[in-house]
Amino acid sequence: MGFEDIIPLLNSSVRFAVPLLLACIAGLYSERSGIVDIGLEGKMLGAAFAAAAVAALTGNVWYGMLAAIFVSCCMSMIHAIASINLRGNQVISGVALNFLALGGTVFIGHSIFKRGGTTPNLPKDVRIGPIELPFAAEIGQVPFVGPIYEQLISGHSIIVYFAFAAVPITAWVLMKTRLGLRLRAVGENPKALDTAGISVFKLRYQALIITGILCGVAGAYLSTSQGANFSENMTAGRGFIALAALIFAKWKPWNALWTCLLFGVLSAAQIRLQGVEFPLIGEVPVQFIQALPYVLTVVLLAGFIGRAIPPKAVGQPYVKER
Amino acid sequence: MTVQKKISIGAKAILGAATFTALMTGVALADPALIYDAAGKNDKSFNEMAWNGAEAYAKATGNSYQDLEIQTDAQREQALRRFAQQGASPIVVPGFTWAEPLTVVAKEFPDTHFAIIDSVVDLPNVRSVLFKEQEGSFLVGVLAAMKSETGTIGYVTAFDFPLLQAFGCGYVQGAKAANADIQVLQNFIGTDFAAFNDINTAGEVGRSQLERGADVVYAAAGAAGEGALQAAADAGKYGIGVDSNQNYLFPGNMLSSMVKRVDVAVQNAFTDELNGNWTSGIQVLGLAEEGVGAAVDEYNEPLLSDEMKAALADYTAKINSGEIVVHDYRSDNSCPVS
Repeated sequence: MGFEDIIPLLNSSVRFAVPLLLACIAGLYSERSGIVDIGLEGKMLGAAFAAAAVAALTGNVWYGMLAAIFVSCCMSMIHAIASINLRGNQVISGVALNFLALGGTVFIGHSIFKRGGTTPNLPKDVRIGPIELPFAAEIGQVPFVGPIYEQLISGHSIIVYFAFAAVPITAWVLMKTRLGLRLRAVGENPKALDTAGISVFKLRYQALIITGILCGVAGAYLSTSQGANFSENMTAGRGFIALAALIFAKWKPWNALWTCLLFGVLSAAQIRLQGVEFPLIGEVPVQFIQALPYVLTVVLLAGFIGRAIPPKAVGQPYVKER
Repeated sequence: MTVQKKISIGAKAILGAATFTALMTGVALADPALIYDAAGKNDKSFNEMAWNGAEAYAKATGNSYQDLEIQTDAQREQALRRFAQQGASPIVVPGFTWAEPLTVVAKEFPDTHFAIIDSVVDLPNVRSVLFKEQEGSFLVGVLAAMKSETGTIGYVTAFDFPLLQAFGCGYVQGAKAANADIQVLQNFIGTDFAAFNDINTAGEVGRSQLERGADVVYAAAGAAGEGALQAAADAGKYGIGVDSNQNYLFPGNMLSSMVKRVDVAVQNAFTDELNGNWTSGIQVLGLAEEGVGAAVDEYNEPLLSDEMKAALADYTAKINSGEIVVHDYRSDNSCPVS
């Protein structure tokens, strides 16, 4: 495998990592504020459907994006009402949202398009396409660095850049701003915050709106940028992998980036290693290669990351004392 | 996470069972029935073909039929039993995953006729319809190898399973027959039935083959296959569809489709019962019976040169006359070429 093979591999890794990264950061805001979010998968699925359906109906992919964010935020608010105001079990509320999305998308999709829940294929100009960064072709001539800039860094959809930008922004918000300090505090010790006269409810609502927006973008990426239509259960467990990545990352934004990229690289490498002859070993059974990402995850999780300690107040509804 | 999944599956089954009972009321006596496989009625592929067959029967005879989409694997036996109890006959189930539940239920209802597509259930009241997918795949392999300018072509399928391997093996044999030096990349999308729905991963798999030099990609992966075909169309390369004629999906970028006439199998089963001509046992539909083939229509005709059309006719004649025998992967679980 030469240099020219590595760049497509890394490109594919980036495309695999982006929906995971967005969902992972989304989960980070929610869980850092003390709300468990099993419903990432459902929110992404709902958003993916909204994006593809609205884009297909209006012919404008940005309306699709807005619809995705709207649907995802609505689902996030259902979760907020259930777990903040009504003090329900947050895991159950999340699971309920996943069901709602799984059945609801197919039901609504079939009612509108009569295609068994899938949406029509979006033509090229109704998708969020790749953008060329300035001087990509010129810099591409420079040896070594050039191809990296031209092919790896340039030529992704805007959502990809957004996802990568979300990492430093989140790190900055969380560690350097007043909102971030309060967000971390409300997930650790909401009572202290309440004593200081800051609204726990309001902060958690804010966190869940950010979660909704990010999941919305992740869903729109799946159905209008990486793919070109919606089909039943198209998220295929990505929300749960993002949740695992969040634990893996110990609820920290930069760690989340590395973890999601690791998942991305393993998924992309897995495809390219199928049926390849290895020196000495020969061809390895395809099932072994396909299991590799998960085997490595278990090994890394068991051996390298140490203890992952969740925010202290996560999962507990806050009851204001009277 | 696994617990969550278990909960989700359990609750889905309960939800499914509730809607199910509602659906099952009012089946008229002796109507034929069709129960779709996991991918569902409108997968633009295998199941949709089955539905087309049932619709053709309804149109031709003016009779009605019953159909059902299952929500979970747990419903398979239940659905079969309910239809059988209501007196539906024949009950047609497309898909090899039906073999086990059908073996159980068909024994309980010896007077009801059943038909399964893509698998064999050896019981006196079951008709098993098999297709020679390798023969149809051989033809699209010939087309792919003749169309390819890079000398590399790709095959994308759902997961490692003998039926899906049979498609791939026929494709490689055809490609090698047309061009002995052709390189065929073969990739799996996933490890289980979820792979039939994972469009995004299918797209990435397709792109990985295109990036490795393939310029024709044959996708045999149900609904997910569209992801790989989309990737080929985006790159300005060619895709080959499967089961139903998918040439219309990306006109100008669809070289052909390996059609499998599931509709004919379903319509025949319904009509045979109606006319009292029912036969149980194994039915094999190959190229000679027009059960499989390479689709040529107005969408892909401009892409096919005269030599390609001639080759298509030539190989069809040779396979039908027995001059060429396309190896079936399922006969010995191996492929002579790769």
